[in-house]
Amino acid sequence: MSDFAQTLLLTAKLATLTTLLLLLLGVPLAYWLAYARFRGKAVVEALVSLPLVLPPTVIGFYLLLAFSADSGVGRFLVHTLGLELNFTFGGILIGSLVYSLPFMVQPVQAALHNLPHSLREAAYTLGKSRLTTLWRVLLPNIRPALLSASVLTFAHTVGEFGVVLMIGGNIPGQTRVASIAIYDAAESLDYARANHYALVLVGLSFAGLLLLAAFTKRSASRLL
Amino acid sequence: MIDLHLTKPLQTAHGPALLDVRLTVAAGELTAIYGASGAGKTTLLRLLAGLSRPASGHLRVGEEVWYDQARGIWLPPQRRSIGFVFQDYALFPNMTVRQNLEFALPDTSGKALVDELLELMDLGELARQRPQQLSGGQQQRVALARALARQPRVLLLDEPLAALDVPTRLRLQAALAAAHQRFQLTTLLVSHDYAEITRLATRAVELDGGRVVRDGVPAVVLPVANATPGFRLTGTVVAAVPSATGQTLQVRVGEEVIRVEVDATTPYQPGDMLVLTGSVQRGR
Repeated sequence: MSDFAQTLLLTAKLATLTTLLLLLLGVPLAYWLAYARFRGKAVVEALVSLPLVLPPTVIGFYLLLAFSADSGVGRFLVHTLGLELNFTFGGILIGSLVYSLPFMVQPVQAALHNLPHSLREAAYTLGKSRLTTLWRVLLPNIRPALLSASVLTFAHTVGEFGVVLMIGGNIPGQTRVASIAIYDAAESLDYARANHYALVLVGLSFAGLLLLAAFTKRSASRLL
Repeated sequence: MIDLHLTKPLQTAHGPALLDVRLTVAAGELTAIYGASGAGKTTLLRLLAGLSRPASGHLRVGEEVWYDQARGIWLPPQRRSIGFVFQDYALFPNMTVRQNLEFALPDTSGKALVDELLELMDLGELARQRPQQLSGGQQQRVALARALARQPRVLLLDEPLAALDVPTRLRLQAALAAAHQRFQLTTLLVSHDYAEITRLATRAVELDGGRVVRDGVPAVVLPVANATPGFRLTGTVVAAVPSATGQTLQVRVGEEVIRVEVDATTPYQPGDMLVLTGSVQRGR
């Protein structure tokens, strides 16, 4: 496989896994934040949103420290779990999950919060558990938000640079994703190569947004 | 039978108040709750349904204890046998009318009940539509049918008919009375409409500032402050025949049938509802 294809494939793998895992982790978190009332909720919300405002290199730097065997967390990861995360795919995957978390949680939380409360209450009075209510009533009615959150998470992960560079470096087939490859090619004055990567990303992003618009329009017309 | 004593702090327009209601409702009774807004009517229904937690008291329905502060019992809404009809209907937009009803079934064996309810509420034609395609009155009938599909012992209605025009209201009141009869329900209905209360309820309870201030037979306890010199009767056309000037109608009002002459601009048909108004002339 050519270097070019390998890099694009790795990028797609990272973004897909990040999106799927964040659907699994982010939706319950969004549900909790949308409906639970507890002390310190503002703190949790600020933590979830932190990656939006922090420079990616800062996130990457602290994750690099946390993953290295010199830190307490890192010692546990490396020696007890046998997880070597710095400069591996697993490491940049965790970095991506942290970095893209608010892009999944915030839209889903807002959409759940904006659904009429009576929908949830009606399902409860009909004897349905919280889980059944979430699965059969709430999630189907926020499909447009789930879709756009997924697309944004995917795109945001494709576009990340600082976090991956800090914890992943530039190892072909392991941690070299498209954005790093562009930087690498431009650094070595290989503009043609940088341009190939960049064009593919522009094309994919544009197609993604068009698809999203088509889907949201369709599901909005079905729901409204 | 429902036996309750429930308290809960209320936020009213006149500052905080305490809801403190004692009620005993016989099985099969249709009780109307009325009173100024902020009196605690909706709060009382929500406490009964388990959608809000009371501050203290107890709530027994038949042999079951749904809430007892002293014994630390509080059943969540899922474990109470209730049908709740919300003011905003709360139909699920992602399901068709039929799916809304099927979702409410306690188990999958109730398909026949769904068909019966669709028939009873005159929704057969609309079964495959989604709620957002329906009119207000149609949505209301779906909400009532869905609450009944759960096969509850207690039916709670929070001003279900307030947003509807008069003919739709009358049809729904008829549907509600039929359902109450057919399913042997104990029903609590929040309403502002004295005519509706008189027509449907066997008992009317007025709340004010969180307390019961009046309780009894609707015709006796309901205020007559807005008594007018005229009359206003609501009836159903049972027969309509053309006449020289328009139509001659026979209109059933309660037990009576009244003959009425109308002009023919909008011809009536048997089954139509109409409101007769007029004033009483002193005879010679």
